[in-house]
Amino acid sequence: MSIRHGLLALLDQGPRYGYQLRSEFEARTGATWPLNVGQVYTTLGRLERDGLVEPAGEDDEGHLFYAVTEAGRTELRQWFDTPVPRTNPPRDELAIKLAMAVGVPGVDVQAVVQSQRRHSMKALQDYTRLKAQALNAGEQQSDLAWLLVLEQLIFQTEAEIRWLDHCESRLAQQAARSAPAPAPAPPASTTGRPRRSRI
Amino acid sequence: MSTTHTEPRPPVLHLDQVSRVHGHGAAEVHALRGVELVVHPGELVAVMGPSGSGKSTLLTLAGGLDSPTSGRVLVEGAVLGELSRKQQAQVRRRSVGYVFQDYNLIPALTAAENIALPRELDGVSGRTARREALAALEELGIPELADRFPDDMSGGQQQRVAIARALIGDRRLVLADEPTGALDSTTGEAVLAVLRARCDAGAAAMMVTHEARHAAWADRVVFLRDGRLVDQSVSRDAASLLVAAATNSVKGPGE
Repeated sequence: MSIRHGLLALLDQGPRYGYQLRSEFEARTGATWPLNVGQVYTTLGRLERDGLVEPAGEDDEGHLFYAVTEAGRTELRQWFDTPVPRTNPPRDELAIKLAMAVGVPGVDVQAVVQSQRRHSMKALQDYTRLKAQALNAGEQQSDLAWLLVLEQLIFQTEAEIRWLDHCESRLAQQAARSAPAPAPAPPASTTGRPRRSRI
Repeated sequence: MSTTHTEPRPPVLHLDQVSRVHGHGAAEVHALRGVELVVHPGELVAVMGPSGSGKSTLLTLAGGLDSPTSGRVLVEGAVLGELSRKQQAQVRRRSVGYVFQDYNLIPALTAAENIALPRELDGVSGRTARREALAALEELGIPELADRFPDDMSGGQQQRVAIARALIGDRRLVLADEPTGALDSTTGEAVLAVLRARCDAGAAAMMVTHEARHAAWADRVVFLRDGRLVDQSVSRDAASLLVAAATNSVKGPGE
């Protein structure tokens, strides 16, 4: 996550001090990626070293303000103009877990998929509740920013659930293929019996 | 019947060990197998599951459009199978709003007339019914469609008219089959917000959807597979609602 560019974007709207940057960052992202003030100052230090921001005085309360430099503005425009790279996908614990679950004796992959889907669905329900609240809230810029971040979480979780649905049917298909051929003329009494019952 | 106000309201919908078998002999298909599902006032329930898992059958049984092979369907405490045809029609008209996947609008009637029809059949005056229809169109953000005919509307517009028709009057139970299928993402969301608001105001709704993002508007998401209820996800607030309703001695799903 680019804290560096996030701070540059906020400073592009006028000089700010560390604590202020932290609260504005969180107002826009709904504390989805909490920042501590230490991280903010470390990042400001690096930005200053690279000539992208510069100190812009102190107020009566001793808050040290920073302002974006011309080089910082250029860096920021470049960030907005360049797509976020999609190569080198981030390591995904769930994908690794499923990949490992396949073929491990005693692990019911379908059960892993199902319990993950329940969990993800619940997260999706919670995000949706927050979104309904955000839609009813005011029209401030930070509300809109928060809504966009929430919707990113919603779409990402939805994609995960769709993928899990797909895994489930893939597993069912595979199981059907590798199942032994049914015995000829099964007794009528066994038709329609549950193969496995859950819940 | 007890009149004490402390007694919780009965569930709006109760599928009591419902099974449905289509065809017979070698062609027998078990669409639903012993499904137990209770929907309380104020609850929005989403039904998900792969194609052929029994989602639509579940909805048609709940709406009294089909009868179970075994088990009972109760709407506001009344067993649908024990009602006369006339009483059943009345339940479908008054208590249940049904959104069909293919909308089922009457081509010879305008949007407002389609929406007003169930109210007029129920004896409400034409003027009142039209006023209610216009309010429903307003609620769904399409007041300008009032005097248009279905053939002159897009699929998405027809879908919203069908939803308005299901919401008109004081329907206690709204059943919807893929109610956002023809809608773009923000319009679909607006429709879900309307459904959500109806439930927050005390109605109950059950919708079939294959979109997790839409199902997430529900308090409870149930998953069907091979005609069985295999899993469910309950959001935090809904969990407390269910606890409150549990005193009603009704078995929850998955019992």
